[in-house]
Formats: sequence, structure tokens, C-alpha cells
Amino acid sequence: MIHYRDSFLNNVARQLGRSPNTSVKPERSWQFRPQDKTLTDRNQDELLTVLRDQCRLIHTELIETTSSKLSEVLEATVTLYGGGPISIWQDERFTEFGLDTLVNETWPARYVEVNEWRAERGRENIAQAERANIGITFSDITLAESGTVVLFAGGGKGRSVSLLPRNYIALVPKSTIVPRMTQAAQEISRRVQAGETISSCINFITGPSNSADIEMNLVVGVHGPVKAAYIVIEDR
Amino acid sequence: MAMKIGEGKFKENVNKNIEDTFMRGAVASAQERLRTRRLDAAEELGNWEEWRSHGEEIRQHVLNNLDYYLHELAENLQKRGGHVFFAETADEANRYISEVVKANGGKKILKAKSMVTEEIGLNGVLEEEGCEVIETDLGEYILQLDEHDPPSHLVAPALHKNKEQIRDVFTQKLDYKMTSKPEELALYAREKLRQEFLSADIGITGCNFAIAESGSVGLVTNEGNAGLVSDLPKTQVVVMGMERIVPTFEEFEVLVGLLTRSAVGQKLTSYITTLSGPREEGDADGPEEFHLVIVDNGRSKILGTEFQSVLQCIRCAACINVCPVYRHIGGHSYNSIYPGPIGAVLTPLLGGYDDFKDLPYASTLCAACTDACPVKIPLHELLHKHRQVIVEREGRAPVSEKLAMKAFGLGAASNPMYAAGSKMAAAMMKPFTKNDRISNGPGPLKAWTEIREFPAPNRERFRDWFKQHEKGGGEQ
Ligand code: SF4
Repeated sequence: MIHYRDSFLNNVARQLGRSPNTSVKPERSWQFRPQDKTLTDRNQDELLTVLRDQCRLIHTELIETTSSKLSEVLEATVTLYGGGPISIWQDERFTEFGLDTLVNETWPARYVEVNEWRAERGRENIAQAERANIGITFSDITLAESGTVVLFAGGGKGRSVSLLPRNYIALVPKSTIVPRMTQAAQEISRRVQAGETISSCINFITGPSNSADIEMNLVVGVHGPVKAAYIVIEDR
Repeated sequence: MAMKIGEGKFKENVNKNIEDTFMRGAVASAQERLRTRRLDAAEELGNWEEWRSHGEEIRQHVLNNLDYYLHELAENLQKRGGHVFFAETADEANRYISEVVKANGGKKILKAKSMVTEEIGLNGVLEEEGCEVIETDLGEYILQLDEHDPPSHLVAPALHKNKEQIRDVFTQKLDYKMTSKPEELALYAREKLRQEFLSADIGITGCNFAIAESGSVGLVTNEGNAGLVSDLPKTQVVVMGMERIVPTFEEFEVLVGLLTRSAVGQKLTSYITTLSGPREEGDADGPEEFHLVIVDNGRSKILGTEFQSVLQCIRCAACINVCPVYRHIGGHSYNSIYPGPIGAVLTPLLGGYDDFKDLPYASTLCAACTDACPVKIPLHELLHKHRQVIVEREGRAPVSEKLAMKAFGLGAASNPMYAAGSKMAAAMMKPFTKNDRISNGPGPLKAWTEIREFPAPNRERFRDWFKQHEKGGGEQ
């Protein structure tokens, strides 16, 4: 439902001194485009260096590994963060990156509770994520400049997994790394223009949750995770 | 008028706030820190001027085509199953939101910081309806616990409180038993707020920028509270000022970058979320019902006038962080939810000259604000325009001039601000000298003296004062 749009927009147009335009797409011809030359000349290895440097500034652990070592590294990182309960996305990339044994056998055998986000379980998912010590998701697009993981939520990829647990681990395939938010925005916009339905919730997450509201001191973990780690994976 | 946050007159507020030494120290150091961080972040990006120019052209384009983009936004959000309400007045917006709350049997409402909901006085309306309204931004939460103490800074609302004061508030209101360590205070607030998040019926957020092409709204926070507010409650209401919109994700990205760098000196804040309507079929979190309320409340009257550029504002507070007057009188003196230079320009336009005609005089027209603004709003020129309008078109006596001058320390030597002069000099001179304004002769001075009735002795003093402190520019 849209309420009172016409009268509202008529008034806006009147103030602008013309009749309302709701059908002719305004021409966007920008004189300046600084984003086109910001970090666009870097290759994937150089972007990884940018990401590595940035992670130091945003209180985020950056771990580098290969897909064959990923399972081991993830297990160690989880232990370092104090173990389960763990909340993860239902996401075929866990299988693709060889994590099935860890998720379905190793952890359960060690009494590490793992909960996969299952949309059909409804609100129970939220309760599990809320109890979780660690949330783990893949990064869909990774921004080198700002140290940001971009997550397209929906279905088995619950929004809460990156937000409610006390610690957060993002799995970052190296191929997902792009220079900056510009490239993510262009990709999303391309999908919109192609008529695709974009995720109803896209999160750009940069390190742990923080606040400077008490005497301008930085405190981490106000609402979201207290600690964050990115595991960068050399793709197979 | 909900924009007003105090009953006192500008001058009384100024004097009261000047006496509060902590507040003044806190304001100065926060200003300094935010200002330095902004400069670092700008430098790091390189070609900052080009980014600003791009920001400016995007905002101007949007304002000139506002009807098209608002139409497109509503159209696309509706396709995603969202409801859109266009509200010309604060009243209409509040009434619609109350109805949504009632229809959903909402009792507990969680909010993420939003200037526009402050502007329309939404909390009060909902509380009158018997709802519990909880602010989740840590700074706002602290203020709310302390009997609705009004915010003093756009980005750091609880700036005027020290950690002991915050601990005392927590002890009284939340049965807090630990120390005044910021980490402990924050963790305690986290636990308290978590319980609220999980039991809330309705989430209300503002909107930093809406994206027309996809019917999305974008939220920018460091704490992640906007994400939680939009994630857990069943019903979500987003309230946006009608000018806070961009054509596509590409412009969204540019403005978000300008905002986060200018506001807190970060490349991006910890959480940036775009929401496009309610959850989809097969989702287990996110709102089932999604309402967007687009608020005019006086903004359209600014369109097409000489003040139109003020609507380019992205609420980053950079202008506040460089303002020498804000530094000395603090946020509360402005008596409005929008403090500092942007407040001095915007508040009289939205709230009228009757209540806020003093504000355009709370400035030295030094142009530090204009130079800091990431979307190039000519703030000091707009302040000057206000003064002309007040005197010439409105035919009002500029009685407030002397008051404002005095408040700035130009009126009398006994004024505490004047006495504190040498300390503030270094910081004050920086923005002036950096842009070569002093050597340009009477740049700022000229603007002051153009005001009718500006007494000559004061002018002399201002010049002396300037000279004297120019020498001491290195100390602090
Ligand atoms: S006027 Fe400019 S500097 Fe001030 S808050 Fe708005 S955008 Fe930021």
C-alpha cells in the first residue's frame, strides 16, 4: 500500500517550480567519479595486503589458509574463541570447502554443539543464535579497503548468525575480495537492473560491534559480536 | 515543537553550559578527536575534494529530481511487499505510526537512533499511547535512562556525561553494581538490551539513505543495533526525511563513504545494512511487516529557495566538530535537536524564526563548517542569508545580535568565554588560518561587521583578540 503519494509529490514538484515527473528517468551525468580510480589498479594479492593492513585497524583477526587446511584452521580458531555452541548458515559452500566432516562429525563427537540455520524451524533459530558463542558465515563479497564482509541474507542464511553470537567468524574465499564498496555496489545495482530480486537484507560488516558513547572510549561488543575473525581461503 | 529540547533561552543555555566544565572539556576533546579522525580519513582517501564534489553533485541531482526518486522508491518497495506512507506533517507521521503499532498490538518498541523521529516527537506520542519505547543506541539509552536528558551531539549524544555519571545512572535505574569502566558499563547495557530485543513487538529505525532503484533503506551504525532492531521484532517501521534518498546503490556507496569518514573517521562503520521490504518467504528472521514513513515536515518549503542546499545534508556532524562556537557553548545551548552550524541553518527553517531566530547569530561566519562539509553545503553563507532574511524580509529587530556576540565572548571582558580565550585559541585559529582566511584580510570580520548595530568597540576588540591569539596559535 502507498498512501498519499500523489499530493505529496505534487507539492514537491510545485516547490521545485515544475510539474511532477514520475515517468522520465532523470539523466545522471556525473562530472566526478573518484571511485573509478580508487584501488582499481590492484591485483588479488595486492588487495589481500590492503585487507590485511585494514584488519589491524578494525580489531579483527585475519587468518590466511588454503582450502585443504581450512578445516584444521577453522577448528583451531573455534577452540581459541572458547568452542561452542556454534551457529552456522545452511550454505552449500560448507560442503564445497570440505567442512562437512568437521561440522557433522568432528565437532559433535567432541560435544561441540553446532546449529545450522534451518528456516523451517522458525524462531528457534534465533534462540540458538542468541545462545551461540560463535557465529560462522561465508562472505559473499569482501571489501579490501574497509575490511568489510558483505552478506546476502535469506533462507538458510539467517541475518542473526552474524549479529547475535558473542564471536563472529567470516570465511572469505580469496576470489571474493574486491577493491572497495564501489565494486559491491556496482554488482548489486547490476542485479537490480537485470530484474533480479536482491536479498531483503544485505549486511556490510566491518569488524566487531563497537561504540564510543562513553567518554569517547572505544568499547567493542555493544550489541553484536565482541570479537571478529576473517579466515581468508586460497580458493581451490 | 518537538525540535525544541529545552525551555531556556539561548543566552541562559549558553551561560549554564559554559559553567559546566566537564561538558566543555568533553565537547572540546571529542570535537578534536572527531575532527582529527575525519581529516586523517579524508587524507587517506586521497582526492578528497573530488569525492566532496561528487557527493555534492549527487545530492543536488537528487533534490532537483526528488519527485521522481520518491515515486520510484515507493513503487519498488511496494513490489517487495512494503507499505509506504507519505506524511506532510509530523502529526500525520505520528498518527500513522501509532496506528501501525496499535494494529499489531505493540506494547514494547525498540528504536535505533534517528534524528527524524526526534524531530517529529514520536517517542512522546507512543508513550502517551501506553507503549514502552526503548532507545538502543548506547548513548541514547544512557540519556533515556536518565529521565530523558536531551542529546548534545549528533554522533555522540551522551558527550556531556562522564563515566561516573553514567555509572550512577545505571546504579539507580538498572541495579548496576560494577565499576565505571566503560567496558563493564557497555557489557551490562548489552545484556539488558538483549532481553529487550528478544521481547520487542515493533522496531523503529531512521534511514541514512533510501535507494530508489530497489526500494531499499540503508542504515549505518557501529553498534549493530539498527540490525537487531530490524531483525528481531515482527513489525518494522522506518522513518525517513524525504530528502534522504539516492538513485542507485552506486550513489549510496559514495554517500555512505563520505558519511562514515566525516562522522567518525572510519572507512566504513561496523554495520551498514540495506533492507528491501519485509522478510521473504522461507526466512526465519527479519520483520514480517515493513512500513516506510516518508516525512516532509517543512522540508518542501525549503526546496526551490535560496536555502535548498541545506537539504543536501547527510547528518555527519563534521561541521559541528570544527565549529568554535559549538566548542564553547555545547550542544544543549542550541535548544534544538540539531546543534552546531547545520542546526543553526536548519532549525529556523523547520521550526520557524519565532523560536529560533538567535541561532543564525551563533556563528562567527568563519567558514570552517563549509570547508568541513562533505557535500559542500555553503553553511556560513546560509547563516548569513538567515540574518539578512530576519532583518530585511521579516523586519525583525536583530536584538539577539548582542546576545550572540556576548555569548561568543565579544561582548564583555568578564564573559567566561572571553577569559578562557587563550586556551581555546589554538584550536579556534586552526580552521581560520588553515584556509588562509586571516591573511585574506577581514574575511570573517567583514561578515560580522555587515550586521547592523554591531558596536564599534566590540569590533576593535574582536580584531585585537584575533591578533593576540594568532600569535599563540601553537599552544594548547
Ligand atoms: S551540514 Fe554538512 S558537515 Fe554539517 S552535518 Fe550536514 S553534511 Fe555534515
